[in-house]
Amino acid sequence: MTREEIINTGNKVYSRPRLLNKNNMHYCPGCSHGVVHKLVAEVIDEMGLEHDTIGVAPVGCAVFAYNYLDIDWVEAAHGRAPAVATAISRLRPDKVLFTYQGDGDLAAIGSAETIHACTRGENIVIIMINNGIYGMTGGQMSPCTLEGAKTATTPYGRRTDLNGFPLRVADVVSLLDGTCYVTRQAVHTPGAVRKAKAALKKAFQNALDKKGTSFVEVVSTCNSGWKMSPAKSNKWMEENMFAHYPLGDLKNTVEPEKK
Amino acid sequence: MKDEVKLMKGNEAIARAAIRYGADGYFGYPITPQSEVLETLEAEMPWETTGMVVLQAESEVASINMVYGGAAAGKAVMTSSSSPGVSLMQEGISYLAASELPALIVNVMRGGPGLGTIQPSQADYFQATKGGGHGDYHLIVLAPSTVQEMADFVGLGFDLAFKYRTPAMILADGVVGQMMEKVVLPPQRPRRTNEELAAQCPWAVTGKPDTRKGNVITSLELDSAIMEKNNERFQATYRRIEENEVRYEAKYVDDADYLIVAFGSVARICLKAIEDARKKGLKVGLIRPITLWPFPYKAIEEAAAHTKGILCVELNAGQMIEDVRLAVGDKVPVCHFGRMGGIVPNPQEVLDALERDFNIK
Repeated sequence: MTREEIINTGNKVYSRPRLLNKNNMHYCPGCSHGVVHKLVAEVIDEMGLEHDTIGVAPVGCAVFAYNYLDIDWVEAAHGRAPAVATAISRLRPDKVLFTYQGDGDLAAIGSAETIHACTRGENIVIIMINNGIYGMTGGQMSPCTLEGAKTATTPYGRRTDLNGFPLRVADVVSLLDGTCYVTRQAVHTPGAVRKAKAALKKAFQNALDKKGTSFVEVVSTCNSGWKMSPAKSNKWMEENMFAHYPLGDLKNTVEPEKK
Repeated sequence: MKDEVKLMKGNEAIARAAIRYGADGYFGYPITPQSEVLETLEAEMPWETTGMVVLQAESEVASINMVYGGAAAGKAVMTSSSSPGVSLMQEGISYLAASELPALIVNVMRGGPGLGTIQPSQADYFQATKGGGHGDYHLIVLAPSTVQEMADFVGLGFDLAFKYRTPAMILADGVVGQMMEKVVLPPQRPRRTNEELAAQCPWAVTGKPDTRKGNVITSLELDSAIMEKNNERFQATYRRIEENEVRYEAKYVDDADYLIVAFGSVARICLKAIEDARKKGLKVGLIRPITLWPFPYKAIEEAAAHTKGILCVELNAGQMIEDVRLAVGDKVPVCHFGRMGGIVPNPQEVLDALERDFNIK
């Protein structure tokens, strides 16, 4: 096979997702956001939902998500994305709504909006990037920061006697009757990326089918906030984050037999 | 067809007028003295008739952010609350203004500060007219003094909000919210279709068709030069509103020696005081600002030109008086008479205050 035959577009097995535009992302090298953005773009495109999806961006690193995915977006106040998505979903039941939030936005200031959107069973997708830190503001402790982890506001490590315990939000929302699908994923290996994409697809399908709230947590790295190289961050995440935030489905009422 | 006259509370009139206007959604949280708005809507079940969405939210914070979402989708959406709840909404109101979104917010004021009292007040005047939340912005603020105006200002508020792409507020006091009066509701209008909405609100998030780029509703802009331009655009809108939307009611001002300026239910008490004064030969006139922002500075300045004094009567410690003083400067003395804590004055108290403050008789 000649070189020309190999680079023939007919042989192309991978390309930039159509809905992901060419703006340079502001995310740090090694950050999980870029991968999850790509998966969301692929899922929306593959499901033919480009014209029917409205995204709600958070406050935090993903505040600029609307700069990268060519769909309609609303940028919500800190933590309020589930309330914003609730209203649009109720007013436009013909559309698919998803929120894209970090653990600081969702699990701290937005905990009430999250719990109540989930318990009402809003037909929306909530995507939570859990890197256990406030990335955008410079690496402070979030509710999901692990015990002992050093951050800008826990410079000697998180102490549970002072700061409480890291919050497992997916576990909390899995207890709520309004959620139909709660899963915890990661995107640190090609295998994990494929699983995360399948999970996102299920979540968007549930929203389309009006099954209730789907909650997809993606355990992620924040190498700049964690002060580690991208490779070391992945290793640290596997050894520490996965121990507290184990991967897998927590709830699936749509396909209960596959749980 | 003959207008149908009905007897109802001001809060109920707000709810029924919203359905008649063809509002798309209401998001609210119970708080006295305005819970009848949500209660009436839930009882009327407009989702079965006009298709209007009604949702009891988990907090006022959630309510206003639901309004933000609905407004971003181009829908005619509203919320209502009372003073402590409206304090909680200030962040969301600032976001609505900054994102140039039309919405209607109703504040049926109760006495504060803090949890205060459930009795009537006008102590949120500063909050409503001077910004309230963070940043440089204004709301169009309508102050009803009758149950009929409670009903009428729903449509007016929505129309102005969409005309200028800015949130509007009905600033009512607990008296107007709770009292029952005769009211004629507007005729039922159909809700806008999604096609009409896309044509009228090309900025709204509707799901991106192939014919346009993605719409983004955001208040964020990290480039200071662009952010300043955005602010200049907001201010230009506010100047247009100031030029075109000032509303007030003037009574007995032509021959008045003294002027009372009052808004909301208090203006009606003052009108009775003025009529009593005139029976005694004391010529007093009334200016009732209907838009508290934009404020009728010019009308007050002109009406005051031939008067010896202005009494500002408010259910607060003296808030609107600052705008009245701005209107007349040093030309006419301006005094304040106010009751606080949920107390509503009677006409005799108003008249006594006028005579005392200006050494009449």
